[in-house]
Amino acid sequence: MSLWLTLAAVALVSAILKAAGPALVASRGLSPSTQVVFAHLPPALLAALIAVQTFADADERLVVDARALGLAAAAAALTLRAPALLAVALAATVTALTRMLL
Amino acid sequence: MAAMGELLAGARAGLPFALPTFVVGVSFGALAYELGWGAIAPVAASIVVFSASAQFAVASVLAAGGSPGAAVAAAALVNGRYLPMGLAVARWLRGGRLRRALEAQAVVDASWALANRGDGRFDRAVLLGATLPQFPAWVAGTAAGVAAGSAIGDIDRLGLDVVIPAFFLVLLGGELATRRGRAVAALGALIAVLLVPATPAGVPIVAASGAALLGLVARP
Repeated sequence: MSLWLTLAAVALVSAILKAAGPALVASRGLSPSTQVVFAHLPPALLAALIAVQTFADADERLVVDARALGLAAAAAALTLRAPALLAVALAATVTALTRMLL
Repeated sequence: MAAMGELLAGARAGLPFALPTFVVGVSFGALAYELGWGAIAPVAASIVVFSASAQFAVASVLAAGGSPGAAVAAAALVNGRYLPMGLAVARWLRGGRLRRALEAQAVVDASWALANRGDGRFDRAVLLGATLPQFPAWVAGTAAGVAAGSAIGDIDRLGLDVVIPAFFLVLLGGELATRRGRAVAALGALIAVLLVPATPAGVPIVAASGAALLGLVARP
Protein backbone atom coordinates (compact mmCIF):
# COMPACT_ATOMS: atom_id res chain seq x y z
CA MET A 1 0.00 0.00 0.00
CA SER A 2 2.75 2.44 0.90
CA LEU A 3 4.29 1.81 -2.55
CA TRP A 4 1.09 3.01 -4.20
CA LEU A 5 0.91 6.09 -1.98
CA THR A 6 4.56 6.82 -2.75
CA LEU A 7 3.92 6.56 -6.48
CA ALA A 8 0.86 8.79 -6.22
CA ALA A 9 2.86 11.39 -4.31
CA VAL A 10 5.70 11.24 -6.85
CA ALA A 11 3.22 11.69 -9.70
CA LEU A 12 1.65 14.68 -7.95
CA VAL A 13 4.99 16.33 -7.19
CA SER A 14 6.20 15.79 -10.76
CA ALA A 15 3.01 17.30 -12.18
CA ILE A 16 3.36 20.34 -9.92
CA LEU A 17 7.01 20.83 -10.90
CA LYS A 18 6.07 20.64 -14.59
CA ALA A 19 3.13 23.01 -14.14
CA ALA A 20 4.88 25.60 -11.96
CA GLY A 21 6.83 27.53 -14.59
CA PRO A 22 4.07 27.80 -17.18
CA ALA A 23 1.42 28.54 -14.54
CA LEU A 24 3.41 31.27 -12.80
CA VAL A 25 5.04 32.98 -15.75
CA ALA A 26 2.63 34.96 -17.88
CA SER A 27 3.22 35.17 -21.62
CA ARG A 28 3.94 38.85 -21.33
CA GLY A 29 5.45 41.03 -18.66
CA LEU A 30 8.86 39.37 -18.39
CA SER A 31 11.67 41.86 -18.11
CA PRO A 32 14.15 41.79 -20.99
CA SER A 33 16.94 40.51 -18.77
CA THR A 34 14.73 37.68 -17.47
CA GLN A 35 13.94 36.75 -21.05
CA VAL A 36 17.64 36.73 -21.89
CA VAL A 37 18.38 34.37 -18.99
CA PHE A 38 15.48 32.07 -19.93
CA ALA A 39 16.71 32.07 -23.53
CA HIS A 40 20.06 30.72 -22.36
CA LEU A 41 18.55 27.86 -20.33
CA PRO A 42 18.54 25.35 -23.23
CA PRO A 43 22.33 25.18 -23.77
CA ALA A 44 22.91 25.13 -19.99
CA LEU A 45 20.41 22.35 -19.27
CA LEU A 46 21.12 20.27 -22.37
CA ALA A 47 24.85 20.30 -21.67
CA ALA A 48 24.18 19.37 -18.03
CA LEU A 49 21.88 16.49 -19.01
CA ILE A 50 24.50 15.14 -21.42
CA ALA A 51 27.28 15.52 -18.85
CA VAL A 52 25.35 13.71 -16.11
CA GLN A 53 24.12 10.92 -18.39
CA THR A 54 27.66 10.41 -19.64
CA PHE A 55 29.84 10.77 -16.56
CA ALA A 56 27.68 9.91 -13.52
CA ASP A 57 27.26 6.27 -12.50
CA ALA A 58 24.37 4.77 -10.57
CA ASP A 59 26.04 5.70 -7.27
CA GLU A 60 26.52 9.36 -8.22
CA ARG A 61 30.23 8.97 -8.76
CA LEU A 62 32.08 10.55 -11.67
CA VAL A 63 33.40 7.91 -14.06
CA VAL A 64 34.89 7.91 -17.53
CA ASP A 65 33.71 4.68 -19.09
CA ALA A 66 32.40 3.25 -22.34
CA ARG A 67 29.68 5.90 -22.47
CA ALA A 68 32.23 8.71 -22.65
CA LEU A 69 33.98 6.99 -25.56
CA GLY A 70 30.67 6.58 -27.35
CA LEU A 71 29.71 10.21 -26.86
CA ALA A 72 33.18 11.33 -27.95
CA ALA A 73 32.74 9.32 -31.15
CA ALA A 74 29.38 10.97 -31.76
CA ALA A 75 30.86 14.41 -31.11
CA ALA A 76 33.67 13.73 -33.58
CA ALA A 77 31.18 12.52 -36.19
CA LEU A 78 28.99 15.60 -35.72
CA THR A 79 32.03 17.86 -36.02
CA LEU A 80 32.71 16.19 -39.38
CA ARG A 81 29.09 16.98 -40.33
CA ALA A 82 27.90 13.39 -40.22
CA PRO A 83 24.10 12.94 -40.22
CA ALA A 84 22.51 12.86 -36.76
CA LEU A 85 21.34 9.24 -36.93
CA LEU A 86 24.81 8.09 -37.99
CA ALA A 87 26.38 9.92 -35.05
CA VAL A 88 23.90 8.38 -32.61
CA ALA A 89 24.41 4.88 -34.05
CA LEU A 90 28.16 5.38 -33.77
CA ALA A 91 27.81 6.34 -30.10
CA ALA A 92 25.90 3.13 -29.34
CA THR A 93 28.27 0.98 -31.40
CA VAL A 94 31.43 2.38 -29.83
CA THR A 95 29.92 2.03 -26.34
CA ALA A 96 28.85 -1.57 -26.99
CA LEU A 97 32.21 -2.55 -28.51
CA THR A 98 34.10 -0.96 -25.62
CA ARG A 99 32.02 -2.93 -23.11
CA MET A 100 32.58 -6.12 -25.08
CA LEU A 101 36.36 -5.64 -25.10
CA LEU A 102 36.80 -4.49 -21.51
CA MET B 1 -4.90 22.91 -29.67
CA ALA B 2 -2.27 23.05 -32.31
CA ALA B 3 -3.57 21.92 -35.66
CA MET B 4 -3.58 18.14 -35.95
CA GLY B 5 -1.03 18.28 -38.77
CA GLU B 6 1.42 20.24 -36.63
CA LEU B 7 1.02 17.81 -33.73
CA LEU B 8 1.67 14.90 -36.07
CA ALA B 9 4.79 16.63 -37.35
CA GLY B 10 5.84 17.02 -33.71
CA ALA B 11 5.12 13.33 -33.13
CA ARG B 12 7.30 12.43 -36.10
CA ALA B 13 10.10 14.52 -34.60
CA GLY B 14 9.81 12.44 -31.44
CA LEU B 15 9.99 9.05 -33.18
CA PRO B 16 13.77 8.59 -32.84
CA PHE B 17 13.34 8.64 -29.05
CA ALA B 18 10.77 5.84 -29.05
CA LEU B 19 13.24 2.93 -29.24
CA PRO B 20 15.72 4.14 -26.59
CA THR B 21 12.78 5.07 -24.36
CA PHE B 22 11.30 1.58 -24.79
CA VAL B 23 14.67 0.07 -23.84
CA VAL B 24 15.00 2.20 -20.70
CA GLY B 25 11.41 1.23 -19.89
CA VAL B 26 12.38 -2.44 -20.12
CA SER B 27 15.19 -1.85 -17.59
CA PHE B 28 12.84 -0.05 -15.24
CA GLY B 29 10.12 -2.70 -15.52
CA ALA B 30 12.57 -5.53 -14.91
CA LEU B 31 14.19 -3.73 -11.95
CA ALA B 32 10.90 -2.80 -10.27
CA TYR B 33 9.54 -6.30 -10.71
CA GLU B 34 12.67 -7.79 -9.16
CA LEU B 35 12.32 -5.36 -6.25
CA GLY B 36 8.94 -6.88 -5.52
CA TRP B 37 6.67 -4.17 -6.88
CA GLY B 38 4.47 -6.79 -8.53
CA ALA B 39 3.34 -6.58 -12.13
CA ILE B 40 0.87 -3.69 -12.00
CA ALA B 41 2.67 -1.03 -9.95
CA PRO B 42 5.67 -0.60 -12.31
CA VAL B 43 3.37 -0.07 -15.30
CA ALA B 44 1.11 2.24 -13.29
CA ALA B 45 4.18 4.22 -12.22
CA SER B 46 5.22 4.66 -15.83
CA ILE B 47 1.73 5.89 -16.73
CA VAL B 48 1.25 8.39 -13.90
CA VAL B 49 4.85 9.49 -13.25
CA PHE B 50 6.22 9.16 -16.81
CA SER B 51 9.75 10.11 -15.80
CA ALA B 52 12.55 7.59 -16.09
CA SER B 53 14.92 9.46 -13.80
CA ALA B 54 12.32 9.97 -11.06
CA GLN B 55 11.11 6.37 -11.23
CA PHE B 56 14.65 4.99 -10.99
CA ALA B 57 15.25 7.35 -8.05
CA VAL B 58 12.19 6.00 -6.24
CA ALA B 59 13.19 2.39 -6.96
CA SER B 60 16.74 2.89 -5.71
CA VAL B 61 15.71 4.70 -2.51
CA LEU B 62 13.09 2.08 -1.63
CA ALA B 63 15.47 -0.76 -2.53
CA ALA B 64 18.04 0.70 -0.16
CA GLY B 65 15.48 0.66 2.64
CA GLY B 66 14.63 4.35 2.44
CA SER B 67 11.28 5.65 3.64
CA PRO B 68 8.48 6.61 1.24
CA GLY B 69 9.13 10.23 2.17
CA ALA B 70 12.77 9.91 1.21
CA ALA B 71 11.74 8.34 -2.10
CA VAL B 72 9.36 11.19 -2.87
CA ALA B 73 12.02 13.75 -1.93
CA ALA B 74 14.60 12.07 -4.18
CA ALA B 75 12.14 12.05 -7.08
CA ALA B 76 11.29 15.70 -6.47
CA LEU B 77 14.97 16.66 -6.63
CA VAL B 78 15.49 14.63 -9.78
CA ASN B 79 12.47 16.24 -11.45
CA GLY B 80 13.43 19.66 -10.13
CA ARG B 81 14.84 20.33 -13.58
CA TYR B 82 11.25 20.73 -14.76
CA LEU B 83 11.18 24.09 -12.96
CA PRO B 84 13.78 25.80 -15.16
CA MET B 85 12.58 23.80 -18.19
CA GLY B 86 9.04 25.02 -17.54
CA LEU B 87 10.20 28.62 -17.16
CA ALA B 88 11.93 28.38 -20.53
CA VAL B 89 8.82 27.15 -22.36
CA ALA B 90 6.20 29.10 -20.39
CA ARG B 91 5.61 31.80 -22.96
CA TRP B 92 5.30 29.33 -25.84
CA LEU B 93 2.34 27.46 -24.36
CA ARG B 94 -1.15 28.85 -24.87
CA GLY B 95 -4.13 29.98 -22.85
CA GLY B 96 -4.51 30.88 -19.20
CA ARG B 97 -2.54 29.51 -16.28
CA LEU B 98 -4.53 26.29 -15.98
CA ARG B 99 -4.32 25.51 -19.70
CA ARG B 100 -0.57 26.18 -19.76
CA ALA B 101 -0.09 24.04 -16.64
CA LEU B 102 -1.94 21.19 -18.34
CA GLU B 103 -0.07 21.55 -21.63
CA ALA B 104 3.19 21.51 -19.65
CA GLN B 105 2.45 17.93 -18.53
CA ALA B 106 3.35 16.79 -22.05
CA VAL B 107 6.81 18.33 -21.79
CA VAL B 108 9.60 15.84 -21.08
CA ASP B 109 13.36 16.03 -21.68
CA ALA B 110 13.18 14.80 -25.27
CA SER B 111 10.25 16.95 -26.40
CA TRP B 112 11.81 19.96 -24.68
CA ALA B 113 15.15 19.41 -26.39
CA LEU B 114 13.54 18.72 -29.77
CA ALA B 115 11.30 21.81 -29.58
CA ASN B 116 14.15 24.19 -28.74
CA ARG B 117 14.61 26.56 -31.68
CA GLY B 118 17.42 28.65 -30.20
CA ASP B 119 17.30 32.23 -28.92
CA GLY B 120 14.78 31.12 -26.30
CA ARG B 121 12.13 30.12 -28.86
CA PHE B 122 10.24 26.82 -28.61
CA ASP B 123 8.02 25.05 -31.14
CA ARG B 124 4.79 24.37 -29.27
CA ALA B 125 3.63 21.61 -31.63
CA VAL B 126 6.87 19.70 -31.00
CA LEU B 127 6.71 20.32 -27.23
CA LEU B 128 3.33 18.59 -27.16
CA GLY B 129 3.57 16.27 -30.17
CA ALA B 130 7.01 14.72 -29.64
CA THR B 131 5.75 13.03 -26.49
CA LEU B 132 3.04 11.15 -28.42
CA PRO B 133 5.33 8.29 -29.52
CA GLN B 134 7.44 8.40 -26.36
CA PHE B 135 4.68 7.85 -23.82
CA PRO B 136 3.39 4.53 -25.25
CA ALA B 137 6.99 3.41 -25.82
CA TRP B 138 7.78 4.08 -22.14
CA VAL B 139 4.69 2.26 -20.85
CA ALA B 140 5.05 -0.68 -23.25
CA GLY B 141 8.76 -0.97 -22.43
CA THR B 142 7.95 -1.10 -18.72
CA ALA B 143 5.35 -3.84 -19.32
CA ALA B 144 7.84 -5.79 -21.43
CA GLY B 145 10.43 -5.46 -18.67
CA VAL B 146 7.97 -6.74 -16.07
CA ALA B 147 7.09 -9.68 -18.31
CA ALA B 148 10.67 -10.57 -19.20
CA GLY B 149 12.11 -9.94 -15.75
CA SER B 150 15.71 -10.93 -15.32
CA ALA B 151 15.54 -13.02 -18.52
CA ILE B 152 16.56 -9.97 -20.54
CA GLY B 153 20.00 -9.93 -18.92
CA ASP B 154 22.18 -6.86 -19.11
CA ILE B 155 20.78 -4.79 -21.98
CA ASP B 156 23.40 -2.12 -21.34
CA ARG B 157 25.84 -4.28 -23.27
CA LEU B 158 24.07 -3.12 -26.45
CA GLY B 159 25.16 0.45 -25.77
CA LEU B 160 21.61 1.74 -26.12
CA ASP B 161 21.93 3.73 -22.89
CA VAL B 162 23.99 6.33 -24.76
CA VAL B 163 21.38 6.82 -27.47
CA ILE B 164 19.46 9.46 -25.50
CA PRO B 165 22.49 11.57 -24.47
CA ALA B 166 23.81 11.22 -28.03
CA PHE B 167 20.55 12.64 -29.38
CA PHE B 168 20.82 15.47 -26.86
CA LEU B 169 24.33 16.10 -28.17
CA VAL B 170 22.91 16.42 -31.68
CA LEU B 171 20.29 18.88 -30.40
CA LEU B 172 22.88 20.83 -28.43
CA GLY B 173 24.83 21.32 -31.66
CA GLY B 174 22.60 24.17 -32.79
CA GLU B 175 23.33 26.04 -29.57
CA LEU B 176 27.08 25.85 -30.11
CA ALA B 177 27.06 28.09 -33.17
CA THR B 178 27.76 31.20 -31.11
CA ARG B 179 30.55 31.88 -28.65
CA ARG B 180 27.91 32.75 -26.02
CA GLY B 181 26.13 29.44 -26.56
CA ARG B 182 29.39 27.51 -26.24
CA ALA B 183 30.29 29.34 -23.03
CA VAL B 184 26.87 28.68 -21.46
CA ALA B 185 26.96 25.00 -22.45
CA ALA B 186 30.50 24.54 -21.15
CA LEU B 187 29.67 26.21 -17.83
CA GLY B 188 26.45 24.20 -17.49
CA ALA B 189 28.29 20.93 -18.05
CA LEU B 190 31.06 21.98 -15.66
CA ILE B 191 28.65 22.90 -12.86
CA ALA B 192 26.80 19.61 -13.29
CA VAL B 193 29.94 17.45 -13.33
CA LEU B 194 31.43 19.18 -10.28
CA LEU B 195 28.22 18.73 -8.29
CA VAL B 196 27.57 15.06 -9.18
CA PRO B 197 29.70 13.62 -6.36
CA ALA B 198 28.73 16.35 -3.88
CA THR B 199 24.94 16.65 -4.11
CA PRO B 200 21.87 14.38 -4.35
CA ALA B 201 20.85 13.31 -7.86
CA GLY B 202 19.01 16.03 -9.73
CA VAL B 203 20.67 18.96 -8.00
CA PRO B 204 23.56 19.15 -10.51
CA ILE B 205 21.18 19.72 -13.42
CA VAL B 206 19.04 22.27 -11.61
CA ALA B 207 22.18 24.13 -10.50
CA ALA B 208 23.49 24.14 -14.07
CA SER B 209 20.61 26.51 -14.89
CA GLY B 210 22.82 29.14 -13.28
CA ALA B 211 25.00 29.04 -16.38
CA ALA B 212 22.17 30.81 -18.22
CA LEU B 213 23.09 33.96 -16.25
CA LEU B 214 26.04 34.23 -18.64
CA GLY B 215 23.42 35.56 -21.06
CA LEU B 216 23.47 38.79 -19.06
CA VAL B 217 27.20 39.30 -19.52
CA ALA B 218 27.89 41.96 -22.13
CA ARG B 219 29.12 40.57 -25.41
CA PRO B 220 32.91 40.69 -25.62
